[in-house]
Amino acid sequence: MPAPEPAAVAAPAAAAPGMIVELSPGERRARDGFRTFAAERLAPHAQDWDREQAVPREVVAELAGRGWLGAPLAADLGGGGMDPVVYGLLTEEIGRACSSTRSLLTVHDMAALALARWGSAEAREEYLAVLGRGEEIGAVALSEPGVGSHAAAITTAARRDGDDWVIDGCKRWITFGQIADLFLVFAAAEEGPTAFLVPADAAGLSRQPIRGVVGTRAALLAELTFEGCRVPDRYRVGRAGTGVSHVAATALDHGRYSIAWGSLAIAQACLDASLEHTERRVSFGRPLREHQLVQQMLTRMIVDTRAARLLCCRAGHLRRSGDPAAAGETLVAKYFASRAAMAAALDAVQLHGASGLVDEAPVARYMRDAKVMEVIEGTTQILEWLIPRFPATEL
Amino acid sequence: MEDRKGIEDRKGRIREFLGRFFRNREIEDQEDIFSLGFVNSLLAMQLVQFLEKEFGIAVEDDDLDIDNFRTITALDALVARKSGVHAGA
Repeated sequence: MPAPEPAAVAAPAAAAPGMIVELSPGERRARDGFRTFAAERLAPHAQDWDREQAVPREVVAELAGRGWLGAPLAADLGGGGMDPVVYGLLTEEIGRACSSTRSLLTVHDMAALALARWGSAEAREEYLAVLGRGEEIGAVALSEPGVGSHAAAITTAARRDGDDWVIDGCKRWITFGQIADLFLVFAAAEEGPTAFLVPADAAGLSRQPIRGVVGTRAALLAELTFEGCRVPDRYRVGRAGTGVSHVAATALDHGRYSIAWGSLAIAQACLDASLEHTERRVSFGRPLREHQLVQQMLTRMIVDTRAARLLCCRAGHLRRSGDPAAAGETLVAKYFASRAAMAAALDAVQLHGASGLVDEAPVARYMRDAKVMEVIEGTTQILEWLIPRFPATEL
Repeated sequence: MEDRKGIEDRKGRIREFLGRFFRNREIEDQEDIFSLGFVNSLLAMQLVQFLEKEFGIAVEDDDLDIDNFRTITALDALVARKSGVHAGA
């Protein structure tokens, strides 16, 4: 297996002599542990799960048992208190083996972090610790059949009824919606978009599996239907009217960070597969890798993957220090890494020829998974609208 | 009451942060930033993060009244209130 790309990492706190672009020994050890788990428990089965369109419950339980669901949630809130760069490494190693499994971390942690930041004291008391331990699975319900990028246009409605809220509407494309225990739901209230916690067993909430998605096929997507679904006001997350401006913004900021590393994971997986294949496969009397146009494709893949890694690490470094510029840099990382993953996957399939165009080919799965990354948590086009609106920062 | 220097320093730091998003213009104290056409949810989130990190305050749910974020004067008053100082006019 080719050596992993060197990673850029934050300098240690206090008196750093200058920019350090390497993982610390502790970060390497953490990454190696994540990589071992992913290689043993996820990679051998990812193709099967993709075909069966389900990540097994046992895997969910294993992730929870290792403290990897709720990992970025602060330790004093019941989470793992995981450092952002280490979290990125976890995300990458999980995602390199199985993008569907990685997406569980994405949505669970989005819900947990949004609750931690904006939830009522009662809701935080009730749910943060169980989410932090992965005892209950969280998911995010924002998209609707008619609403994607224009989040503020959601039509699922929430109206006050005494001390409760009553929710009616439909959410679609909810990652891990088939098994989630708790949903962060965004609905239109009189004051504007408002976020709510809705337990999966709430009366008036039903869910239907969505099958046949092209990418992250094992991510147990669902459609949710709310019919007179009642939740108490303590389950409102954030002030009424701040559902998109603040609660979704918090959730999506984390989601984009996760997708950035998840995209890097796909790019790296494509690179690994392509290097191995082009070393082994002979054409016109020599290994593919000795052909110049193949070298051109590999060069693009190598450089793009390395650049994506540096951008992900820079975003992680800024998140680690709580720098307000982190959100903008996270957008940049997601934008670049997702496009790099798509380009790498297309080239990986091309390099594999016909053997890359069958259901059982991992590179075909990477290509399908990569396309998802350009759509979720902010499409490529939305990011092209957003990124120029952020101040460009210099290193 | 907090002295004028402290208030102006705080407003200056807020103005400097906002200035990164609104290039080539100096935002006046009472100028409505939401009318400048550049505000989106990510700016709203970054603004909260900036205030918390820069001034060591915790922006809570009850603080998320849009009027608290509408102008530099309003932001300054929010920070002063959360910091426990009494801001001047």
